[in-house]
Amino acid sequence: MATQHSRSAARLMMAPAVILLLGWMLVPLTMTLFFSFKKYLPMRGGDLGWVGFDNYIRFVTSSAFWPSVTATLVIVLGVLFITVVFGVLLAILLDQPMWGQGIVRILVIAPFFVMPTVSALVWKNMFMDPVNGLFAHLWQAFGLTPVEWLSQASLGSIVMIVSWQWLPFATLILLTAIQSLDSEQLEAAEMDGAPALSRFGYITLPHLSRAITIVVLIQTIFLLSIFAEIFVTTQGSFGTCTLTYLIYQRVLESQNIGLGSAGGIYAVILANIMAVFLMRIVGKNLDA
Amino acid sequence: MARSVTTQRKIINTAAAWGIGFLIFFPILWTILTSFKTEATAIADPPVFLAFDWTLENYEVVLERSNYARFLWNSVFIAGGSTLLGLIIAIPAAWSMAFVPSRRTKDILLWMLSTKMLPAVGVLYPIYLIFIKMGLLDSRIGLTVVLMLINLPIIVWMLYTYFREIPGEILEASRMDGATLKDEILYVLTPMAVPGIASTLLLNFILAWNEAFWTLNLTAAKAAPLTAFIASYSSPEGLFYAKLSAASTMAIAPILILGWFSQKQLVRGLTFGAVK
Repeated sequence: MATQHSRSAARLMMAPAVILLLGWMLVPLTMTLFFSFKKYLPMRGGDLGWVGFDNYIRFVTSSAFWPSVTATLVIVLGVLFITVVFGVLLAILLDQPMWGQGIVRILVIAPFFVMPTVSALVWKNMFMDPVNGLFAHLWQAFGLTPVEWLSQASLGSIVMIVSWQWLPFATLILLTAIQSLDSEQLEAAEMDGAPALSRFGYITLPHLSRAITIVVLIQTIFLLSIFAEIFVTTQGSFGTCTLTYLIYQRVLESQNIGLGSAGGIYAVILANIMAVFLMRIVGKNLDA
Repeated sequence: MARSVTTQRKIINTAAAWGIGFLIFFPILWTILTSFKTEATAIADPPVFLAFDWTLENYEVVLERSNYARFLWNSVFIAGGSTLLGLIIAIPAAWSMAFVPSRRTKDILLWMLSTKMLPAVGVLYPIYLIFIKMGLLDSRIGLTVVLMLINLPIIVWMLYTYFREIPGEILEASRMDGATLKDEILYVLTPMAVPGIASTLLLNFILAWNEAFWTLNLTAAKAAPLTAFIASYSSPEGLFYAKLSAASTMAIAPILILGWFSQKQLVRGLTFGAVK
Protein backbone atom coordinates (compact mmCIF):
# COMPACT_ATOMS: atom_id res chain seq x y z
CA MET A 1 0.00 0.00 0.00
CA ALA A 2 2.70 2.46 0.98
CA THR A 3 4.82 3.72 -1.85
CA GLN A 4 8.61 3.70 -1.95
CA HIS A 5 8.47 7.46 -1.58
CA SER A 6 6.42 7.41 1.62
CA ARG A 7 8.62 4.67 3.06
CA SER A 8 11.76 6.71 2.83
CA ALA A 9 9.88 9.74 4.14
CA ALA A 10 8.75 7.63 7.09
CA ARG A 11 12.29 6.55 7.82
CA LEU A 12 13.40 10.16 7.77
CA MET A 13 10.62 11.17 10.16
CA MET A 14 11.60 8.45 12.58
CA ALA A 15 15.32 9.19 12.46
CA PRO A 16 15.60 12.02 15.03
CA ALA A 17 13.78 10.11 17.76
CA VAL A 18 15.68 6.89 17.09
CA ILE A 19 19.09 8.56 16.90
CA LEU A 20 18.53 10.60 20.07
CA LEU A 21 17.36 7.63 22.10
CA LEU A 22 20.17 5.48 20.75
CA GLY A 23 22.68 8.11 21.84
CA TRP A 24 20.99 8.58 25.21
CA MET A 25 21.21 4.86 25.82
CA LEU A 26 24.57 3.94 24.36
CA VAL A 27 26.85 6.83 25.27
CA PRO A 28 26.31 6.95 29.06
CA LEU A 29 25.98 3.19 29.33
CA THR A 30 29.27 2.64 27.53
CA MET A 31 30.88 5.16 29.85
CA THR A 32 29.48 3.44 32.94
CA LEU A 33 30.74 0.11 31.63
CA PHE A 34 34.15 1.67 30.97
CA PHE A 35 34.42 3.21 34.45
CA SER A 36 33.24 0.01 36.12
CA PHE A 37 36.51 -1.70 35.17
CA LYS A 38 38.66 1.15 36.50
CA LYS A 39 39.81 2.38 39.85
CA TYR A 40 38.62 5.92 39.45
CA LEU A 41 38.54 8.40 42.33
CA PRO A 42 38.20 11.98 41.00
CA MET A 43 38.88 13.52 44.42
CA ARG A 44 41.72 11.20 45.43
CA GLY A 45 44.14 10.67 42.54
CA GLY A 46 41.77 10.39 39.58
CA ASP A 47 42.16 7.52 37.15
CA LEU A 48 44.26 4.81 38.82
CA GLY A 49 44.12 2.27 36.00
CA TRP A 50 42.29 -0.88 35.05
CA VAL A 51 41.25 -3.30 37.78
CA GLY A 52 39.27 -5.95 35.89
CA PHE A 53 36.24 -7.21 37.78
CA ASP A 54 37.53 -5.90 41.09
CA ASN A 55 34.76 -3.30 41.45
CA TYR A 56 32.06 -5.85 40.70
CA ILE A 57 33.40 -8.14 43.40
CA ARG A 58 33.92 -5.32 45.89
CA PHE A 59 30.43 -3.96 45.33
CA VAL A 60 28.74 -7.23 46.27
CA THR A 61 31.13 -8.08 49.10
CA SER A 62 30.93 -4.70 50.84
CA SER A 63 29.09 -4.70 54.15
CA ALA A 64 26.49 -2.30 52.79
CA PHE A 65 25.46 -4.53 49.88
CA TRP A 66 23.20 -7.15 51.45
CA PRO A 67 21.38 -4.65 53.71
CA SER A 68 20.70 -2.60 50.58
CA VAL A 69 19.29 -5.66 48.80
CA THR A 70 17.08 -6.33 51.81
CA ALA A 71 15.90 -2.72 51.97
CA THR A 72 15.15 -2.74 48.24
CA LEU A 73 13.20 -5.99 48.47
CA VAL A 74 11.22 -4.87 51.53
CA ILE A 75 10.28 -1.58 49.89
CA VAL A 76 9.42 -3.03 46.48
CA LEU A 77 7.51 -6.06 47.78
CA GLY A 78 5.84 -4.13 50.60
CA VAL A 79 4.59 -1.39 48.31
CA LEU A 80 3.50 -3.89 45.66
CA PHE A 81 1.56 -5.92 48.20
CA ILE A 82 -0.21 -2.90 49.71
CA THR A 83 -0.99 -1.16 46.42
CA VAL A 84 -2.24 -4.29 44.64
CA VAL A 85 -4.40 -5.61 47.50
CA PHE A 86 -5.90 -2.24 48.41
CA GLY A 87 -5.98 -1.22 44.76
CA VAL A 88 -8.19 -4.21 43.88
CA LEU A 89 -10.49 -3.60 46.85
CA LEU A 90 -10.72 0.11 46.16
CA ALA A 91 -11.32 -0.43 42.45
CA ILE A 92 -14.18 -2.82 43.20
CA LEU A 93 -15.67 -0.34 45.67
CA LEU A 94 -15.38 2.56 43.23
CA ASP A 95 -17.07 0.48 40.55
CA GLN A 96 -20.22 0.11 42.68
CA PRO A 97 -23.16 2.45 42.23
CA MET A 98 -22.84 5.45 44.56
CA TRP A 99 -23.33 9.17 44.80
CA GLY A 100 -20.48 11.47 43.89
CA GLN A 101 -18.33 8.82 42.22
CA GLY A 102 -16.44 11.42 40.21
CA ILE A 103 -15.44 13.36 43.31
CA VAL A 104 -14.28 10.26 45.18
CA ARG A 105 -12.19 9.29 42.17
CA ILE A 106 -10.55 12.70 42.21
CA LEU A 107 -9.78 12.39 45.94
CA VAL A 108 -8.28 8.93 45.51
CA ILE A 109 -6.14 9.82 42.51
CA ALA A 110 -4.75 13.08 43.93
CA PRO A 111 -1.64 11.69 45.71
CA PHE A 112 -0.22 10.53 42.40
CA PHE A 113 0.14 14.14 41.28
CA VAL A 114 2.03 15.29 44.35
CA MET A 115 5.72 15.63 43.61
CA PRO A 116 7.84 13.07 45.49
CA THR A 117 9.78 15.67 47.46
CA VAL A 118 6.58 17.26 48.73
CA SER A 119 4.95 14.01 49.81
CA ALA A 120 8.14 12.84 51.52
CA LEU A 121 8.51 16.12 53.41
CA VAL A 122 4.87 16.38 54.39
CA TRP A 123 4.81 12.82 55.72
CA LYS A 124 8.15 13.20 57.44
CA ASN A 125 7.37 16.44 59.26
CA MET A 126 3.66 16.85 59.58
CA PHE A 127 2.72 13.24 60.23
CA MET A 128 5.74 11.25 61.36
CA ASP A 129 7.62 13.80 63.41
CA PRO A 130 7.91 12.36 66.94
CA VAL A 131 7.21 15.72 68.61
CA ASN A 132 4.95 17.80 66.42
CA GLY A 133 3.62 15.23 63.96
CA LEU A 134 -0.04 14.39 63.76
CA PHE A 135 0.67 10.76 64.58
CA ALA A 136 2.50 11.82 67.74
CA HIS A 137 -0.54 13.88 68.82
CA LEU A 138 -2.78 10.93 68.06
CA TRP A 139 -0.61 8.50 70.02
CA GLN A 140 -0.48 10.87 72.99
CA ALA A 141 -4.23 11.29 72.92
CA PHE A 142 -4.43 7.57 73.62
CA GLY A 143 -1.75 7.80 76.28
CA LEU A 144 0.89 6.07 74.18
CA THR A 145 4.51 7.06 73.66
CA PRO A 146 4.97 8.64 70.21
CA VAL A 147 6.94 6.51 67.78
CA GLU A 148 10.02 7.87 66.07
CA TRP A 149 8.73 6.60 62.77
CA LEU A 150 11.66 7.28 60.49
CA SER A 151 14.29 5.83 62.80
CA GLN A 152 12.46 3.12 64.76
CA ALA A 153 10.24 1.90 61.94
CA SER A 154 12.15 3.42 59.06
CA LEU A 155 11.47 0.87 56.33
CA GLY A 156 7.81 0.57 57.23
CA SER A 157 7.46 4.34 57.17
CA ILE A 158 9.00 4.57 53.71
CA VAL A 159 6.80 1.73 52.47
CA MET A 160 3.85 3.69 53.83
CA ILE A 161 4.84 6.95 52.10
CA VAL A 162 5.56 5.28 48.77
CA SER A 163 2.38 3.19 48.95
CA TRP A 164 0.38 6.35 49.44
CA GLN A 165 1.94 7.73 46.27
CA TRP A 166 1.36 4.61 44.17
CA LEU A 167 -2.01 3.37 45.43
CA PRO A 168 -3.81 5.82 43.11
CA PHE A 169 -1.95 4.45 40.10
CA ALA A 170 -2.86 0.85 40.90
CA THR A 171 -6.45 1.78 41.71
CA LEU A 172 -6.90 3.78 38.53
CA ILE A 173 -5.58 1.03 36.26
CA LEU A 174 -7.51 -1.72 38.03
CA LEU A 175 -10.67 0.39 37.96
CA THR A 176 -10.26 0.88 34.23
CA ALA A 177 -9.86 -2.88 33.84
CA ILE A 178 -12.88 -3.66 36.04
CA GLN A 179 -15.06 -1.32 34.05
CA SER A 180 -14.35 -3.37 30.94
CA LEU A 181 -15.70 -6.49 32.67
CA ASP A 182 -18.93 -7.77 31.19
CA SER A 183 -21.49 -7.12 33.95
CA GLU A 184 -23.93 -9.65 32.46
CA GLN A 185 -21.52 -12.41 33.35
CA LEU A 186 -21.54 -11.32 36.98
CA GLU A 187 -25.31 -10.98 37.03
CA ALA A 188 -25.72 -14.44 35.54
CA ALA A 189 -23.46 -15.88 38.22
CA GLU A 190 -25.40 -14.04 40.89
CA MET A 191 -28.69 -15.42 39.59
CA ASP A 192 -27.23 -18.92 39.60
CA GLY A 193 -26.59 -18.39 43.27
CA ALA A 194 -22.81 -17.93 43.29
CA PRO A 195 -21.82 -16.16 46.53
CA ALA A 196 -19.97 -12.84 46.34
CA LEU A 197 -16.61 -14.36 47.24
CA SER A 198 -16.69 -16.95 44.47
CA ARG A 199 -17.93 -14.36 41.99
CA PHE A 200 -14.86 -12.36 42.90
CA GLY A 201 -12.52 -15.37 42.81
CA TYR A 202 -13.77 -16.94 39.60
CA ILE A 203 -14.80 -13.96 37.49
CA THR A 204 -13.40 -10.62 38.68
CA LEU A 205 -9.93 -11.72 39.71
CA PRO A 206 -9.14 -13.73 36.55
CA HIS A 207 -10.39 -10.79 34.49
CA LEU A 208 -8.03 -8.49 36.40
CA SER A 209 -4.98 -10.75 36.19
CA ARG A 210 -3.52 -9.00 33.16
CA ALA A 211 -4.02 -5.53 34.65
CA ILE A 212 -2.47 -6.71 37.93
CA THR A 213 0.54 -8.06 36.06
CA ILE A 214 0.98 -4.73 34.33
CA VAL A 215 0.65 -2.81 37.59
CA VAL A 216 3.24 -5.06 39.22
CA LEU A 217 5.74 -4.77 36.39
CA ILE A 218 5.46 -1.03 35.86
CA GLN A 219 5.55 -0.27 39.56
CA THR A 220 8.54 -2.55 40.05
CA ILE A 221 10.50 -0.62 37.47
CA PHE A 222 9.66 2.69 39.15
CA LEU A 223 10.03 1.38 42.70
CA LEU A 224 13.48 -0.07 42.05
CA SER A 225 14.67 3.45 41.38
CA ILE A 226 12.87 5.51 44.03
CA PHE A 227 15.23 8.17 45.21
CA ALA A 228 13.67 11.43 46.39
CA GLU A 229 11.63 9.75 49.14
CA ILE A 230 14.80 8.41 50.75
CA PHE A 231 16.91 11.45 49.96
CA VAL A 232 14.44 13.71 51.77
CA THR A 233 13.53 11.50 54.73
CA THR A 234 16.45 9.40 56.00
CA GLN A 235 19.29 9.96 53.53
CA GLY A 236 19.80 6.22 53.52
CA SER A 237 20.32 5.79 57.26
CA PHE A 238 18.39 3.44 59.61
CA GLY A 239 18.51 0.59 57.14
CA THR A 240 16.77 2.43 54.32
CA CYS A 241 19.71 2.52 51.92
CA THR A 242 18.35 0.81 48.81
CA LEU A 243 20.45 -0.43 45.93
CA THR A 244 19.71 2.76 44.01
CA TYR A 245 20.64 4.92 46.97
CA LEU A 246 23.80 2.93 47.64
CA ILE A 247 24.97 3.48 44.06
CA TYR A 248 24.14 7.18 44.38
CA GLN A 249 26.22 7.37 47.58
CA ARG A 250 29.17 5.58 45.98
CA VAL A 251 29.09 7.84 42.93
CA LEU A 252 28.26 11.31 44.21
CA GLU A 253 28.96 11.22 47.95
CA SER A 254 32.12 9.15 48.22
CA GLN A 255 33.09 9.81 44.61
CA ASN A 256 34.19 6.24 44.02
CA ILE A 257 33.18 6.14 40.39
CA GLY A 258 34.48 2.68 39.56
CA LEU A 259 32.63 1.04 42.42
CA GLY A 260 29.45 3.01 41.78
CA SER A 261 29.58 2.20 38.08
CA ALA A 262 29.83 -1.51 38.80
CA GLY A 263 26.77 -1.13 41.01
CA GLY A 264 25.08 0.77 38.21
CA ILE A 265 25.67 -2.11 35.81
CA TYR A 266 24.08 -4.49 38.33
CA ALA A 267 21.06 -2.16 38.50
CA VAL A 268 20.84 -2.06 34.71
CA ILE A 269 20.88 -5.87 34.51
CA LEU A 270 18.21 -6.13 37.20
CA ALA A 271 15.98 -3.60 35.45
CA ASN A 272 16.42 -5.42 32.16
CA ILE A 273 15.21 -8.69 33.63
CA MET A 274 12.03 -6.88 34.71
CA ALA A 275 11.78 -5.12 31.38
CA VAL A 276 11.81 -8.37 29.39
CA PHE A 277 8.64 -9.52 31.12
CA LEU A 278 6.89 -6.20 30.69
CA MET A 279 7.82 -6.01 27.01
CA ARG A 280 6.32 -9.43 26.35
CA ILE A 281 2.96 -8.31 27.66
CA VAL A 282 3.04 -4.95 25.93
CA GLY A 283 4.28 -6.55 22.71
CA LYS A 284 1.47 -9.09 22.70
CA ASN A 285 -1.01 -6.29 23.07
CA LEU A 286 0.53 -4.55 20.08
CA ASP A 287 -0.42 -7.41 17.76
CA ALA A 288 -4.01 -7.51 18.93
CA MET B 1 -38.32 -4.50 48.23
CA ALA B 2 -35.47 -5.05 45.82
CA ARG B 3 -35.23 -1.33 45.30
CA SER B 4 -34.87 -0.49 48.95
CA VAL B 5 -32.05 -3.03 49.22
CA THR B 6 -30.15 -1.39 46.37
CA THR B 7 -30.69 2.05 47.85
CA GLN B 8 -29.39 0.79 51.15
CA ARG B 9 -26.37 -0.72 49.42
CA LYS B 10 -25.80 2.50 47.57
CA ILE B 11 -25.76 4.41 50.85
CA ILE B 12 -23.21 2.00 52.32
CA ASN B 13 -21.07 2.18 49.17
CA THR B 14 -21.19 5.94 49.19
CA ALA B 15 -20.25 6.19 52.86
CA ALA B 16 -17.37 3.72 52.51
CA ALA B 17 -16.00 5.28 49.34
CA TRP B 18 -16.21 8.83 50.68
CA GLY B 19 -14.58 7.77 53.92
CA ILE B 20 -11.66 6.09 52.19
CA GLY B 21 -11.38 8.88 49.65
CA PHE B 22 -11.18 11.42 52.45
CA LEU B 23 -8.54 9.37 54.27
CA ILE B 24 -6.37 9.11 51.16
CA PHE B 25 -6.78 12.79 50.37
CA PHE B 26 -6.25 13.86 53.97
CA PRO B 27 -2.46 14.52 53.83
CA ILE B 28 -3.03 16.92 50.95
CA LEU B 29 -5.97 18.57 52.68
CA TRP B 30 -3.96 18.87 55.89
CA THR B 31 -1.10 20.50 54.00
CA ILE B 32 -3.44 23.00 52.40
CA LEU B 33 -5.10 23.79 55.76
CA THR B 34 -1.77 24.15 57.54
CA SER B 35 -0.57 26.61 54.92
CA PHE B 36 -3.20 29.06 56.21
CA LYS B 37 -2.23 28.73 59.89
CA THR B 38 0.33 30.56 61.96
CA GLU B 39 3.43 28.53 62.89
CA ALA B 40 2.12 28.17 66.45
CA THR B 41 -1.28 26.84 65.37
CA ALA B 42 0.39 24.53 62.88
CA ILE B 43 1.98 22.45 65.64
CA ALA B 44 -0.77 22.94 68.24
CA ASP B 45 -1.71 19.91 70.31
CA PRO B 46 -4.53 18.94 70.01
CA PRO B 47 -4.44 19.83 66.30
CA VAL B 48 -6.82 22.49 65.01
CA PHE B 49 -8.77 21.62 61.90
CA LEU B 50 -10.83 24.54 60.72
CA ALA B 51 -11.40 26.85 63.68
CA PHE B 52 -8.29 28.98 63.45
CA ASP B 53 -7.50 32.47 62.25
CA TRP B 54 -6.86 31.99 58.57
CA THR B 55 -3.84 33.90 57.37
CA LEU B 56 -2.03 34.43 54.08
CA GLU B 57 1.16 35.37 55.89
CA ASN B 58 2.99 32.13 55.01
CA TYR B 59 2.43 32.64 51.32
CA GLU B 60 3.75 36.19 51.60
CA VAL B 61 6.85 35.02 53.45
CA VAL B 62 7.59 32.18 51.05
CA LEU B 63 7.11 34.40 48.02
CA GLU B 64 9.29 37.11 49.47
CA ARG B 65 12.05 35.13 51.08
CA SER B 66 12.99 32.36 48.76
CA ASN B 67 12.92 33.61 45.25
CA TYR B 68 9.97 31.38 44.74
CA ALA B 69 9.21 32.93 41.36
CA ARG B 70 12.52 31.74 39.97
CA PHE B 71 11.96 28.15 41.06
CA LEU B 72 8.46 28.27 39.64
CA TRP B 73 9.74 29.64 36.35
CA ASN B 74 12.42 26.94 36.24
CA SER B 75 9.75 24.28 36.71
CA VAL B 76 7.57 25.76 34.01
CA PHE B 77 10.52 26.16 31.65
CA ILE B 78 11.91 22.68 32.19
CA ALA B 79 8.59 20.81 32.20
CA GLY B 80 7.11 22.84 29.36
CA GLY B 81 10.28 22.93 27.29
CA SER B 82 11.00 19.23 27.57
CA THR B 83 7.41 18.37 26.66
CA LEU B 84 7.31 20.63 23.61
CA LEU B 85 10.73 19.51 22.44
CA GLY B 86 9.66 15.90 22.92
CA LEU B 87 6.48 16.46 20.90
CA ILE B 88 8.39 18.05 18.03
CA ILE B 89 10.63 15.01 17.81
CA ALA B 90 7.99 12.39 18.59
CA ILE B 91 5.10 13.51 16.38
CA PRO B 92 6.82 12.70 13.05
CA ALA B 93 8.15 9.43 14.45
CA ALA B 94 4.82 8.25 15.87
CA TRP B 95 3.12 9.41 12.72
CA SER B 96 5.25 7.38 10.38
CA MET B 97 5.07 4.31 12.61
CA ALA B 98 1.28 4.49 12.75
CA PHE B 99 0.62 5.19 9.08
CA VAL B 100 3.56 3.66 7.23
CA PRO B 101 4.28 0.65 9.41
CA SER B 102 7.07 -1.67 8.36
CA ARG B 103 8.15 -5.05 9.63
CA ARG B 104 10.45 -3.44 12.15
CA THR B 105 8.00 -0.90 13.60
CA LYS B 106 7.04 -3.10 16.52
CA ASP B 107 10.68 -3.82 17.37
CA ILE B 108 11.56 -0.13 17.27
CA LEU B 109 8.64 0.73 19.55
CA LEU B 110 9.58 -1.92 22.07
CA TRP B 111 13.21 -0.91 21.95
CA MET B 112 12.23 2.71 22.66
CA LEU B 113 10.26 1.53 25.64
CA SER B 114 13.26 -0.40 26.91
CA THR B 115 15.34 2.79 27.07
CA LYS B 116 12.75 4.13 29.53
CA MET B 117 13.61 1.28 31.86
CA LEU B 118 17.26 2.16 32.08
CA PRO B 119 17.80 2.96 35.78
CA ALA B 120 18.82 6.59 36.07
CA VAL B 121 21.36 5.90 38.77
CA GLY B 122 23.23 3.58 36.39
CA VAL B 123 24.11 6.50 34.14
CA LEU B 124 24.29 9.22 36.79
CA TYR B 125 28.04 9.74 36.66
CA PRO B 126 28.43 9.78 32.87
CA ILE B 127 25.63 12.33 32.54
CA TYR B 128 27.12 14.33 35.39
CA LEU B 129 30.52 14.26 33.67
CA ILE B 130 29.09 15.22 30.28
CA PHE B 131 27.20 18.06 31.93
CA ILE B 132 30.37 19.38 33.59
CA LYS B 133 32.38 19.12 30.38
CA MET B 134 29.71 20.93 28.39
CA GLY B 135 29.01 23.54 31.07
CA LEU B 136 25.43 22.30 31.41
CA LEU B 137 25.44 21.60 35.13
CA ASP B 138 22.78 23.68 36.88
CA SER B 139 21.43 24.93 33.57
CA ARG B 140 17.82 24.88 32.48
CA ILE B 141 18.71 23.84 28.95
CA GLY B 142 20.61 20.76 30.08
CA LEU B 143 17.84 19.59 32.35
CA THR B 144 15.23 20.25 29.68
CA VAL B 145 17.10 17.98 27.27
CA VAL B 146 17.53 15.20 29.84
CA LEU B 147 13.87 15.25 30.85
CA MET B 148 12.88 15.29 27.18
CA LEU B 149 14.98 12.17 26.60
CA ILE B 150 13.61 10.23 29.56
CA ASN B 151 10.03 11.02 28.57
CA LEU B 152 10.47 10.65 24.79
CA PRO B 153 9.56 6.93 24.78
CA ILE B 154 6.29 7.65 26.61
CA ILE B 155 5.49 10.51 24.25
CA VAL B 156 6.12 8.38 21.15
CA TRP B 157 4.07 5.52 22.58
CA MET B 158 1.10 7.62 23.60
CA LEU B 159 1.00 9.40 20.26
CA TYR B 160 1.35 6.09 18.44
CA THR B 161 -1.64 4.58 20.24
CA TYR B 162 -3.72 7.67 19.46
CA PHE B 163 -2.65 7.90 15.82
CA ARG B 164 -3.40 4.25 15.27
CA GLU B 165 -7.04 4.89 16.08
CA ILE B 166 -7.38 7.28 13.17
CA PRO B 167 -9.09 5.24 10.44
CA GLY B 168 -6.93 4.58 7.39
CA GLU B 169 -9.90 4.84 5.02
CA ILE B 170 -9.96 8.57 5.48
CA LEU B 171 -6.39 8.78 4.26
CA GLU B 172 -7.17 6.65 1.23
CA ALA B 173 -10.17 8.79 0.42
CA SER B 174 -8.14 11.96 0.59
CA ARG B 175 -5.43 10.39 -1.59
CA MET B 176 -8.04 9.44 -4.17
CA ASP B 177 -9.14 13.03 -4.17
CA GLY B 178 -5.60 13.96 -5.10
CA ALA B 179 -4.23 15.19 -1.77
CA THR B 180 -0.45 15.31 -1.54
CA LEU B 181 1.42 13.99 1.48
CA LYS B 182 1.61 17.55 2.78
CA ASP B 183 -2.12 18.15 2.35
CA GLU B 184 -2.82 14.83 3.95
CA ILE B 185 -0.81 15.65 7.04
CA LEU B 186 -1.88 19.25 7.35
CA TYR B 187 -5.60 19.13 6.57
CA VAL B 188 -6.68 15.56 7.20
CA LEU B 189 -4.60 14.06 9.96
CA THR B 190 -3.72 17.03 12.12
CA PRO B 191 -7.27 18.01 13.07
CA MET B 192 -7.99 14.41 14.05
CA ALA B 193 -4.77 14.09 16.00
CA VAL B 194 -5.13 17.22 18.11
CA PRO B 195 -6.96 15.58 21.07
CA GLY B 196 -4.33 12.85 21.31
CA ILE B 197 -1.50 15.35 21.11
CA ALA B 198 -3.12 17.49 23.80
CA SER B 199 -3.46 14.55 26.20
CA THR B 200 0.13 13.53 25.58
CA LEU B 201 1.27 17.07 26.28
CA LEU B 202 -0.68 17.20 29.53
CA LEU B 203 0.57 13.91 30.93
CA ASN B 204 4.18 14.57 30.04
CA PHE B 205 4.08 18.02 31.53
CA ILE B 206 2.94 16.43 34.79
CA LEU B 207 5.63 13.74 34.68
CA ALA B 208 8.36 16.28 33.97
CA TRP B 209 7.08 18.66 36.65
CA ASN B 210 7.30 15.95 39.30
CA GLU B 211 10.57 14.35 38.17
CA ALA B 212 12.83 14.15 41.21
CA PHE B 213 16.04 12.34 40.36
CA TRP B 214 17.72 14.40 37.67
CA THR B 215 16.25 17.65 38.94
CA LEU B 216 17.82 17.01 42.35
CA ASN B 217 21.17 15.80 41.06
CA LEU B 218 21.87 18.11 38.15
CA THR B 219 20.88 21.47 39.61
CA ALA B 220 22.13 23.67 42.40
CA ALA B 221 20.90 27.21 42.86
CA LYS B 222 20.40 28.63 39.40
CA ALA B 223 18.29 26.10 37.53
CA ALA B 224 16.63 24.33 40.46
CA PRO B 225 12.92 23.71 39.89
CA LEU B 226 10.27 23.36 42.60
CA THR B 227 11.17 19.73 43.36
CA ALA B 228 14.64 20.83 44.47
CA PHE B 229 13.32 23.94 46.21
CA ILE B 230 11.00 21.83 48.37
CA ALA B 231 13.79 19.36 49.12
CA SER B 232 15.83 22.26 50.53
CA TYR B 233 13.17 22.58 53.24
CA SER B 234 14.30 19.25 54.69
CA SER B 235 17.24 20.94 56.38
CA PRO B 236 16.58 21.69 60.07
CA GLU B 237 16.58 25.47 59.68
CA GLY B 238 13.71 25.23 57.25
CA LEU B 239 11.47 23.37 59.63
CA PHE B 240 8.47 25.62 59.67
CA TYR B 241 5.34 23.63 59.08
CA ALA B 242 3.10 26.44 57.94
CA LYS B 243 5.66 27.81 55.51
CA LEU B 244 6.57 24.35 54.29
CA SER B 245 2.86 23.80 53.69
CA ALA B 246 2.46 27.04 51.80
CA ALA B 247 5.44 26.27 49.58
CA SER B 248 4.16 22.71 49.03
CA THR B 249 0.65 23.84 48.24
CA MET B 250 1.93 26.24 45.60
CA ALA B 251 4.13 23.54 44.10
CA ILE B 252 1.41 20.92 43.78
CA ALA B 253 -1.73 22.99 43.14
CA PRO B 254 -1.24 23.57 39.41
CA ILE B 255 -0.45 19.91 38.82
CA LEU B 256 -3.38 18.66 40.90
CA ILE B 257 -5.70 20.69 38.73
CA LEU B 258 -4.06 19.59 35.47
CA GLY B 259 -3.91 16.02 36.74
CA TRP B 260 -7.62 15.82 37.36
CA PHE B 261 -8.20 16.61 33.71
CA SER B 262 -5.87 13.88 32.59
CA GLN B 263 -7.10 10.85 34.58
CA LYS B 264 -8.02 8.82 31.51
CA GLN B 265 -4.83 9.61 29.64
CA LEU B 266 -2.84 8.67 32.69
CA VAL B 267 -3.83 5.03 32.42
CA ARG B 268 -3.11 4.89 28.74
CA GLY B 269 0.16 6.76 28.91
CA LEU B 270 1.64 4.91 31.84
CA THR B 271 0.70 1.44 30.67
CA PHE B 272 1.94 2.16 27.14
CA GLY B 273 -1.50 1.45 25.74
CA ALA B 274 -1.71 -1.97 27.39
CA VAL B 275 -4.73 -0.89 29.46
CA LYS B 276 -7.26 1.47 27.94
